[in-house]
Amino acid sequence: MASGEVMIEVIDLHKSFNSNNVLDGISFNVDEAENMIVFGRSGTGKSVLLKCMIRLMEPDSGDIKIHGKDVLQLDIKELNELRKNIGFLFQGAALYDSMSVRENLEFPLIRNFDLEQKEIDERVHFVLEAVSLLEAIDKMPSELSGGMKKRIGLARSIITKPKLMFYDEPTTGLDPITAKEISVLIIDLQHQLKMTSVVVTHDLLCAKIIADRAIVLDDGKIVKEGSINDLVTSNDPFLKNFFSDEIIENNGSKI
Amino acid sequence: MIGGLGSFTMRFLKEVFIPPYEVEQIRKHMIELGMKTLPIVGVTGFIIGLVIAMQLSPVLKRFGAEAFLPGSVGISIVRELGPVICALIFAGRVSSGIGAELGSMRVTEQIDAMEVSGVNPFRYLVVTRIFATTFILPILTVYVIFISLIGAYIAVVLVQNMTWAYYLDRVIFAVEFGDAIPGVSKTFVFGFIVGLVGCYKGYTTENGTEGVGKASTSSVVVSSLLILIFDMFLVKLSLWIWPVVK
Repeated sequence: MASGEVMIEVIDLHKSFNSNNVLDGISFNVDEAENMIVFGRSGTGKSVLLKCMIRLMEPDSGDIKIHGKDVLQLDIKELNELRKNIGFLFQGAALYDSMSVRENLEFPLIRNFDLEQKEIDERVHFVLEAVSLLEAIDKMPSELSGGMKKRIGLARSIITKPKLMFYDEPTTGLDPITAKEISVLIIDLQHQLKMTSVVVTHDLLCAKIIADRAIVLDDGKIVKEGSINDLVTSNDPFLKNFFSDEIIENNGSKI
Repeated sequence: MIGGLGSFTMRFLKEVFIPPYEVEQIRKHMIELGMKTLPIVGVTGFIIGLVIAMQLSPVLKRFGAEAFLPGSVGISIVRELGPVICALIFAGRVSSGIGAELGSMRVTEQIDAMEVSGVNPFRYLVVTRIFATTFILPILTVYVIFISLIGAYIAVVLVQNMTWAYYLDRVIFAVEFGDAIPGVSKTFVFGFIVGLVGCYKGYTTENGTEGVGKASTSSVVVSSLLILIFDMFLVKLSLWIWPVVK
């Protein structure tokens, strides 16, 4: 659960592509050790928001503070230092095709930390055990299923022991059972490593398992903020419509 | 595209001097790209040498200059055909490969993942590949020149009774320092072009898998065209530095 200390502050964030205002004045906070879910229909700028927060995309205006540091003012060296404490699970896991699972996991450690090979090996084994895929250590990404790739992607993002995790649609494209397993795995790791998480999803079951709090995006704005139960039981016509559609999409999973 | 390629080149020149220098990655790419291209440039070089000798032989005979066949073939191959043919084959094989590889990494967010993990993907993926193509192409060119001369000898031996030692002696007698140096040196520029264009097209890929296909194809087209354009200027420059007729 959240400790009350603010980890992320997003203030009046704007991002547009040509005339399309994807983010139109987004503001919210995420507390330390809190799990924040970002809901919204496809194309409402959820992934853009995540990418702006870590500066994979430059916002047009606004402020983003992580641990009090103004992310948009950091030079590339300072930004890379900050990124070493942030994990990011991409929608398609983004494993490096030319490297084995072991090399994928070792890569951020070798590049960023001055560690003995013994410690690197220990960390690789630890994260692979955490995601229950120790047997995949010498496999190539092309030999893994979608669910396995997500798990290895998760293992790679936590191997640096980040304080903050961003998840971009962690259960998209997975069957309901694997999606639930991934969601449970995320919350287990969250408890184990005491991380702060921002999760972009439209999977209600995933949100139910992970979320402490959620925001809903529509037309580039936050239309509602609160607990999952508050959002789902809201009488707001947009939310009623949105969540009824999501429940049907999730094969009737009830909150 | 010219503006984009220009700023990409400027970024390369800015990043190339910043450590770490990724020597291991450069070595790996050089071996990989060299081994991948070696058979095809070898076969092409052999055929080109053979065909050039077959074409020149009757022409020189018409002017009563058959004795100049080894020298003519040697100069053609060393000054122009070896370097340019090798560079064009290299562009077709390597530039498209780099464009597709980096393009695929871009659309599957692998480049973003690298950036998020605090690693500079430009230096790790782009600088190393451009370095590798720049330095492996001259080596391949020397190999192609040698293979082409063997091909040409086969053709010469079919029409003239000439030993390998005599043929080689005639080639070495005809080919001067001012022929070999500009021929091979310009392939550093060609190698740079192949790596730069392939990396630029791949690194800036958009629009998913369709974009990867386009990146791969346009890498070959643009790099081949640039090789020929730069060749024109480099030939002029080399003739100014090392004039053929003194």
